[in-house]
Amino acid sequence: MSFTSTQLVTSRRMGIYDPFQQISMWEDTFKGDSSPNKGVSTILQVDARLDNKSEFISHESGGPSSTDQEENKPTDKVQRRLAQNREAARKSRLRKKAYVQQLETSRLKLAQLEQELQRARKQGVYTGSALDTSHVGFSGNVNSGIATFEMEYAHWVEEQQKQTFELRSALQAHVSEIELNILVELGLNHYHNLFRMKADAAKADVFYLLSGVWRTSTERFFLWIGGFRPSELLNVLLPQLEPLTDQQVLRVCNLRQSSQQAEDALSQGMEKLQQSLSQGIGAQSVNAGNYGSQMAAAMDKLEALEGFVIQADHLRQQTLQQTSRILTTHQVARGLLALGEYFHRLRALSSLWAARPREPA
Amino acid sequence: MHYQTEAWGSYMTTRSSTMGDPLERIERLASENAVVIFSMSTCCMCHAIKRLFCGMGVNPTVYELDEDPRGKDMEKALMRLLGSSSAVPVVFIGGKLVGAMDRVMASHINGTLVPLLKDAGALWL
Repeated sequence: MSFTSTQLVTSRRMGIYDPFQQISMWEDTFKGDSSPNKGVSTILQVDARLDNKSEFISHESGGPSSTDQEENKPTDKVQRRLAQNREAARKSRLRKKAYVQQLETSRLKLAQLEQELQRARKQGVYTGSALDTSHVGFSGNVNSGIATFEMEYAHWVEEQQKQTFELRSALQAHVSEIELNILVELGLNHYHNLFRMKADAAKADVFYLLSGVWRTSTERFFLWIGGFRPSELLNVLLPQLEPLTDQQVLRVCNLRQSSQQAEDALSQGMEKLQQSLSQGIGAQSVNAGNYGSQMAAAMDKLEALEGFVIQADHLRQQTLQQTSRILTTHQVARGLLALGEYFHRLRALSSLWAARPREPA
Repeated sequence: MHYQTEAWGSYMTTRSSTMGDPLERIERLASENAVVIFSMSTCCMCHAIKRLFCGMGVNPTVYELDEDPRGKDMEKALMRLLGSSSAVPVVFIGGKLVGAMDRVMASHINGTLVPLLKDAGALWL
């Protein structure tokens, strides 16, 4: 096991590890260790090195006085320094012990969780616990693609909240454009990841995506082909971004229009699909032989659904990208913040609604 | 939007059967009108793309491959051209290939579709 900070950060996101302040210190210590050995031996190796180090420190300080034959008696200053070093080394060893202990217990916890997950997956139970109370995790046919998506989406939401918070802090602190740009790129990339995840989920179960069961109830209210409407996105984003230059106003106007037209086109395509499917299923078959071919034709029609979900996500992605092209870095940052806060509030509304006091029947 | 179903008849009687390269035919048909869509009557994504152009005030020329005797060959040629498992819908503007639904939508969103249409004479201000 290698103690890199990235691994620990990931684990921290899963809520297993406590934040360690000593990370950077230990990183320096471990950097020289390139052995492929597993946990225990690595710790022992490091152990030895650290002990040598602390002893080396005290030895070094005592160096001048021990090699110098003339000044046999160590001065008070040197003695004090020696004591300080010993104390520091002792504290260091204690901290290291505590750290290693925490790591070991967390490692066990992680192994336990992984086992539970495997078991749950085999039983076909979706791990929807990270989502809000109004979400009903349902068991049904074992679909690992969807189980994966549910987990990844829960992380995605967490990460989005973190990014929103960071954007807010950065904007309030008036950070440089370069720093802001990094956050903006992260934010846009985060949405890109969502669409990639959804594409995989669409292959696994397109109806799962279309039903919106993976989102909170208020988000589901706004659902359009498995996600938010591009026009809704613009309505949320753009009022936050005044003032816009004349050229920006023109480009925004064009974007509103073109995204609305594309949205309408896809909606009409979906309606045609519904009609066509309905007609196909509804046609009365006199003999049993027709049933098979009727169903086969209907199955073919359903194949088209995945394409629509992909195109809808593509439209969302393109709309976001074009928005980022029209606006300045600062504006995009404010826009992403607005978007993040909007969805956060929508989700919060869901929870409030679910928890509202109701008249007893 | 006009469908070129009658034109097939004239092609069959006036052309010899040796003129058969489907890709050549596709390119020729594509160059004959400002906006050309190759489609299939049962395809709902094709319906969406047609609605997109009509919604913009464009009058595309549509060829339904499932209603054409040589449609199968053209379908295969389009699949090879696009490098995709679905041949339709595919759009040509001003004789040049624009692409399938995703390309068309992307170019509309980034503002390059309208100038393309205007240059081809399919849209007036």
